[in-house]
Amino acid sequence: MTELHVNGRTMRADTEGDTPLLWVLREELQLTGTKYGCGVAQCGACTVHMDGAALRSCVMPVSAVPATSKIVTIEGLGQTRLKVVQDAWAELDVAQCGYCQPGMIMAAAALIAQTPDPSDEDIRSGITNICRCGTYPRVLAATKLAAQRLRATGAKQ
Amino acid sequence: MSAVLDDSGTSAGAGNGSSRRGFLKLAGLAAGGLALEFSLPLAQAQGPATGTSPEASVEVTAWLLIHPDESVVVRIARAEMGQGTLTGLAQLVAEELECDWSRVRFELVKPGANRARNRVWRDMGTGGSRGIRGSHDYVRQAGAAARAMLVQAAAQQWSVSASDCAVDRGTIRHAASKRQTTFGAVAQAANRLPIPESVVLKDPSLWRIAGQPLKRLDTADKLNGSLVYGMDLRLPGMLVALPKACPVHGGKLVSFDKAAVAKMPGVRDVIRVDDATVAVLADRFWQAKRALDALPVVWDHGPNAKVDSAAIAAMVADGLKGDTPFVGNRQGDAKAQLQGAARVIEADYGTPFQNHAPMEPLSATVQWTAQRCDVWAPTQVAESALATVAEAAELPIAACEVHPMRIGGSFGRRLATDYLAMAVRIARQRPGVPVKMMWTREEDMLQGRFHPVTQCRLRATLDGQGRIAAMHMRIAGQSITSYVNPKAMTANGDPTVFQGLLADSPEGHFGYEVPHLLIDHAMRNPHVRPGYWRGVNTNQNAIYSECFIDELAHAAGQDPFEFRKRHMARRPKHLAVLQAVADRAGWGKPAAEGVFRGIAQYMGFGSYTAAVAEVSVKDGQLRVLRIVAATDPGHVVNPQQVEAQVAGSFVYGLSAALFGGCTVKDGAIAETNFDTYGVMRLYDMPAVEVIVMPSGGFWGGVGEPTIAVAAPAVLNAVFAATGKRVRQLPLKDTDLAKA
Repeated sequence: MTELHVNGRTMRADTEGDTPLLWVLREELQLTGTKYGCGVAQCGACTVHMDGAALRSCVMPVSAVPATSKIVTIEGLGQTRLKVVQDAWAELDVAQCGYCQPGMIMAAAALIAQTPDPSDEDIRSGITNICRCGTYPRVLAATKLAAQRLRATGAKQ
Repeated sequence: MSAVLDDSGTSAGAGNGSSRRGFLKLAGLAAGGLALEFSLPLAQAQGPATGTSPEASVEVTAWLLIHPDESVVVRIARAEMGQGTLTGLAQLVAEELECDWSRVRFELVKPGANRARNRVWRDMGTGGSRGIRGSHDYVRQAGAAARAMLVQAAAQQWSVSASDCAVDRGTIRHAASKRQTTFGAVAQAANRLPIPESVVLKDPSLWRIAGQPLKRLDTADKLNGSLVYGMDLRLPGMLVALPKACPVHGGKLVSFDKAAVAKMPGVRDVIRVDDATVAVLADRFWQAKRALDALPVVWDHGPNAKVDSAAIAAMVADGLKGDTPFVGNRQGDAKAQLQGAARVIEADYGTPFQNHAPMEPLSATVQWTAQRCDVWAPTQVAESALATVAEAAELPIAACEVHPMRIGGSFGRRLATDYLAMAVRIARQRPGVPVKMMWTREEDMLQGRFHPVTQCRLRATLDGQGRIAAMHMRIAGQSITSYVNPKAMTANGDPTVFQGLLADSPEGHFGYEVPHLLIDHAMRNPHVRPGYWRGVNTNQNAIYSECFIDELAHAAGQDPFEFRKRHMARRPKHLAVLQAVADRAGWGKPAAEGVFRGIAQYMGFGSYTAAVAEVSVKDGQLRVLRIVAATDPGHVVNPQQVEAQVAGSFVYGLSAALFGGCTVKDGAIAETNFDTYGVMRLYDMPAVEVIVMPSGGFWGGVGEPTIAVAAPAVLNAVFAATGKRVRQLPLKDTDLAKA
């Protein structure tokens, strides 16, 4: 039995240790917001946060996840200050088919948490997720907007 | 587990229900709008339909439901795969209905329900960039008819004339008596009224909802992980099935060693699906994958086991010479002119297979019993899907239903129904159990329906004034139609081969006047299965023709834009988009240091498109810096979604031209994941400016047309930057640093 700390709750999953975290989240914990796109950490659709850092969960065996790690998935992002990313995505109508966007949002959120005032180059090289619909121009704009909003929130405190 | 059925399929409580047909005639509009006359079935349901308040929501025409809380549910029959068609169609309905747009929601139509109501929602197939242009007239009529019925219902309640009532955002007012009511209040009464015999559609110049850059209706659940895609579906008692088909198309499954994996965790069975496919059934995806990866399988790879890209290239190249009966465009006598010409400019081009590679790999969930078959799947062709399902299920079509799901990208892959038949065949081996068939990315890449491989030999001469005198464009290579729909092959071969190259076609005609022109096709079909890939044959046709036109301009010593313009006197709409991008990009004025430009125009799927690309090449590294694009699709329903689609089309097309390409080794596709099948990422993305310039008078597509112009514009810019003509794609195979 594996114990995981996901979206602020302790959850238990009965699964083989070599099962990637992605599939534990999706199938044992019923959190299907995190997507399968490639299985080889190329596309980023499986991006979650582990202790605040972006992680491609499709190649992380669940047995390698430290018990104390705090995992946040797309379903939990809305309860954090990083929901500014989702709001920016909505405001700029970023999504087309939407399948890559949970991972894209998680990648952008981790980026702006780490780099509160990212340059265009920071964003271009920091978000390497694949989008086949080609939403990249709006991903860039929405990430900048979200970073700006997050900085404004921080400045008020 | 209960199957979810749309109960409008069981409507017709009253005698004047689903079998009655309403006929509409459109009156000519004084403001110069439409004057069309045609009939369409607008069967009217008597009973309640789906919605959050089933006891109170009613249909007002089959196309929309009105709830007492004033929400309007628009029924969408076409597939939404990210291209924005869903929102656009809803805007068109809402425009005529004159409801409050903030109240609008949507509901996806199911094909069995459509069939049960005599196809009241008409075509569900979505491809060829026809989702909006193929539906706009009748969905607008539905909105207008519903408005008329709602107004009539109010007028009857007030005993006034309907023509004295006005509508504003879902409120109906009778000014003279200062009375008002709402759609929700009169919907029940409206539902009982006959459908009007004629409706007047608004002229697009009066649009206030359509034509506006409104936000999409279908976004919210994409941003928080709550949208359930096909890959995500969970049903009680469900099993997961991961199939593996013979990697060499046409090969066969000989045997597999079930015992080797049967005891692995969660494995329920290992089955033969058909003569080429094995599948592992398990409780969980990873359990199935672990077993499938470990499963010993013996294939008979068949006669194509040794075919590789070089062999295919040789087969296709054979078609560049000699004669062929398949002619797409013939003016004058190009062959004779070229025979006698002193100077012939000649070039050979080639483009490879491409995979759709949607972010969501293929899947379908099926529950089959001897009485009924339900399928939950993303599909672009719900009615064809239903027919495929019924055939594979060996059940009457009325005992089957396809529940369309929202799609994680498709680009044409889900026009095919192969994966649905496969899923049914698997589920039949577990009667009563919901089985979710999921393809791994590797399986999705191997079992694609590939954009066809082709080559092109272009030969031309110039006249004494530096114009094209004669040109022969010989396309050699694979026909999609001959595999996908052989009945549609004509005496002139595959009608889609010449997309955008025809002499005269509302879908796409050649932009240049060339007195002696021959465009023909020599069909050479390798064993790799083809399919319709976004833009279809406009992709390589535009690369071949627009790069070669550039070569001719260079041979003539003329500017590429000016050279094109000289041949476009009879193509004002082609020229208008070309002029627009040239002006916006500052063509003719010097670019910044190290920045070089290329230009291209193409007509496809009914729309006129053009692009200027700005690139830099340093130490052999290409950077695409900026693309200025223009599209004239006649009418525009949502300009910000058009802009998104245009930018997205460039990502799709340039990914393929610059980084993509599928090669064949030992009969199978060699690129099985994104580590070897290159795609664009944010880092590679140029700045994109889109000029949306609808000229009115026709309806062209949006999802595909602009894909054709990005690659040739970039390739022409690469020539400007390096003096190198890249004629064989993908561009990554060329070392731009070498002299």
